[in-house]
Amino acid sequence: MGMLISNEPDFMIHGVLKYQMFGQDFWITTTTIGMWIVTVLILVIAVLANRTLKKATDVPGTFQNALEYAYTMLEKMGETILGGNTRRFINYIGTIFLFILFCNLSGLLGLRAPTADYGVTFLLGMFTFFIVNYQGIKNHGVGHFTSLFQPTPVLFPINLIGELANPLSISLRLFANLLSGVIIMGLWYGMLPIFVNIGIPAALHAYCDLFSGCIQTYVFCMLTMVYVNDKL
Amino acid sequence: MNGISGQDFIFGCSAIGAGLAMIAGIGPGVGQGIAAGHGASAVGRNPGAQSQITSTMLLGQAVAETTGLYGLVVAIILMFVKPFGA
Repeated sequence: MGMLISNEPDFMIHGVLKYQMFGQDFWITTTTIGMWIVTVLILVIAVLANRTLKKATDVPGTFQNALEYAYTMLEKMGETILGGNTRRFINYIGTIFLFILFCNLSGLLGLRAPTADYGVTFLLGMFTFFIVNYQGIKNHGVGHFTSLFQPTPVLFPINLIGELANPLSISLRLFANLLSGVIIMGLWYGMLPIFVNIGIPAALHAYCDLFSGCIQTYVFCMLTMVYVNDKL
Repeated sequence: MNGISGQDFIFGCSAIGAGLAMIAGIGPGVGQGIAAGHGASAVGRNPGAQSQITSTMLLGQAVAETTGLYGLVVAIILMFVKPFGA
């Protein structure tokens, strides 16, 4: 990076703390710390939500209203794809929805978004992959594997690549969108003189963090549901 | 060419390759524009279904964006991970 500009913009992942386990070097990176902060935030909101909903009133207050609206929205989103099976998957979909949404929006808190690290999004993609294949084996048995030879056995390699490319493509999509946002923000804050850093980045944050982050969260959950629905 | 080591030459070529990889951005731009145009005409024909049309359009656009993002990933790997030359 130093060769590009002297005033070094900061959008890389940094190691904070090194520790050793099983004879290997591991790093606590900015991604890890961002994920801790996001997790604590979600936990706090979850505890507050639990406390509110235990004393739910007929006429909802502000917080209860927001929670009910969020859940209704999530359930409606699931029902457009999964239909009657929404109840079985809404736990998982809701969990990754909240996690990805808060990770994407954590750029607003000045963190480096944890989802702009391929280690995080690849794991999310693998979760989707395992759920899809578990559902396929559970519901179709051997048919899950013989369906790769449909309609003709000649198409087996293409079908196989198509199956294996799914987790790769959804994880890369989320990663690259967030990474481009992080890079644009990092370049803007790092390269330009101080007077353009007042006010103007708000518009960039609105696009890169809010708009892009929300759309990508929606797309990730939507595609996960589409892949799962194919195997039901 | 005096004073340019092989390492510098490789980095320069990587930067050119990163720029070429971003030509991939043309495709999603055209595709998203077509999707947005058809979305606009669909809303013109059926204004009642605007919210559904918008969400379908955004989902399709986000999926169509993927190929451009692959180009971006290749460009970033060339620039920062530096796979060629130690």
